Amino acid sequence: MRRDLLQFFYLFSAILFVMGLRGLSHPRTARRGMFLAELGMLLAIIGSLLHHDIIDYRWIAAGLALGTAIGVPMAIWIPMTAVPQRTALSHSFGALAASLIGISEYYRHGAALGSVRVGVIGIEVMLGSLTFTGSLMAAGKLQGVIRGYPITYRGQNVFNLSILAGMLGLIVALMFMPHATTAFYAMVGLATFFGVLLILPIGAADMPVVIALLNSYAGLTDAAMGFMLDNKIQIITGSLDGSSGFILSVLMCRAMNRSMTNVLFGAFGKVQEKPAGELEGKKPIRQVSIEEAAELLGTARSVVFVPGYGMAVSQAQHRVREVADVLKGKSVQVRYGIHAVAGRMPGHMNVLLAEANVPYEELYDMDQINSQFPETDVVVVVGANDVVNPAAKRLRGSPIYGMPILEVEKARVVIVCKRSLAAGFAGIDNELYYGDKTLMLFGDAKDTMVKLTAALKE
Amino acid sequence: MKGVHVIDVGLIGDLYVFVLAGFLGYQVISRVSPLLHTPLMSATNAISGISLVGSLVVAGAGYNRVSTLLGFVAVTCSTINVVGGFLITDRILKMFRAGGPGAAGDGSKGAR
Repeated sequence: MRRDLLQFFYLFSAILFVMGLRGLSHPRTARRGMFLAELGMLLAIIGSLLHHDIIDYRWIAAGLALGTAIGVPMAIWIPMTAVPQRTALSHSFGALAASLIGISEYYRHGAALGSVRVGVIGIEVMLGSLTFTGSLMAAGKLQGVIRGYPITYRGQNVFNLSILAGMLGLIVALMFMPHATTAFYAMVGLATFFGVLLILPIGAADMPVVIALLNSYAGLTDAAMGFMLDNKIQIITGSLDGSSGFILSVLMCRAMNRSMTNVLFGAFGKVQEKPAGELEGKKPIRQVSIEEAAELLGTARSVVFVPGYGMAVSQAQHRVREVADVLKGKSVQVRYGIHAVAGRMPGHMNVLLAEANVPYEELYDMDQINSQFPETDVVVVVGANDVVNPAAKRLRGSPIYGMPILEVEKARVVIVCKRSLAAGFAGIDNELYYGDKTLMLFGDAKDTMVKLTAALKE
Repeated sequence: MKGVHVIDVGLIGDLYVFVLAGFLGYQVISRVSPLLHTPLMSATNAISGISLVGSLVVAGAGYNRVSTLLGFVAVTCSTINVVGGFLITDRILKMFRAGGPGAAGDGSKGAR
């Protein structure tokens, strides 16, 4: 009887989770949606606490208390720029939990499980272990604890694939010999190692794809845990998470015009000693002073800011918003054009601008803003480079050829705020800088914005 | 080969649930606004803390000492995700504000 009741709890929380995620279709309904999801989680937890197997609540209480004590500070105090690391770290915690439960199941039942169940446990623990270390690595690279540079060596892909084959081979072997504990723990070791290897060749700027992919793995791990414990709510949420992460990683790949295989095995941004600086010297660049820039902005009818991760790094988003405020006071229309891969995780730039009190109606994604550029008077590019490089459209053979870009060159004037003429992540020169309509405003982004605000107020 | 051919009936039912939930997920997630992709990730991260329900049982059932210990660690990790994930999602969503009257040029367009 109590078992049936528990299933109803789970069914209800599954419904609440789906409704919660649906709320995220608009910022207006998002918080209410999350409240529903929280309610769903609470129901599932209360239901599980009534599970007939539980005889002792001490360890449970300790775990809940400790987890809360760690989770709350991790959510409240970290800066918004560090949200990608936090997310990656959370994926690793979730995966660790799943793989530990899998190990415990195998330890408890061992050979009594039968081949199919052992196979399920094997897959669950494999996914959990590799997501655990993979996410830790990703978090480390994002935080800068580990070098963000892609690490490659000869035969890397062959080596990785053979480890993958080794793990799968061990799982199949376990299905025929469920009592072979050594094989099981060897597989766990290999999976833990494999997670590290998987992230080594991936550069920091490819992290949007990787975090989304790890999100997907974490979901699949959860679903596998549901299969293992025959628990439907875990299967449902795991499947939801898995598809969410997968959709996001596909979107990110598309935004860079690269295939998933290329991101995972291509080690992009490595030593791209392309003929950079080829254009330099041939065409003159035009510089502009703060006063002239302020004059242009102040007399414009519409201005679009195009921020890149460089803006976030120098925490210039608040200063950008101050410039925007002054402009709005002069009844200039202000918008922000945001490329999907600006930032270190999907949607990151939107969060950073929202934090700087930019209203979300002013945030436009690429498809929405590209048609608006021809009617825009001034575009201000702050800390973005590759995502506004027209070479992506024109220069066949360029590493970023085919990547959808923000077509800022269609605006009447483009002001580029930049420290120097250094190349972007892809290591290629940006022909936008030499365009007829382009004016370069050299200097630190934050500084420049402060000076612009002052000049505009005069 | 004998054992492998016996397909678990429970697993097949689970497979149905998994595949259908995947389709549902695809539909729901496709509609999420690109504005909110970061909170989407922290929200799915919080929800994936559902591994807590499995961990609770292992930590509290007293199967054996090793299982209890592993269960305790798993409960801790999952709780971090649930509590931290929902808290930070709400913190992020709170920042997404509509512009006040007259603040933005054209309102409804950007929020699709």
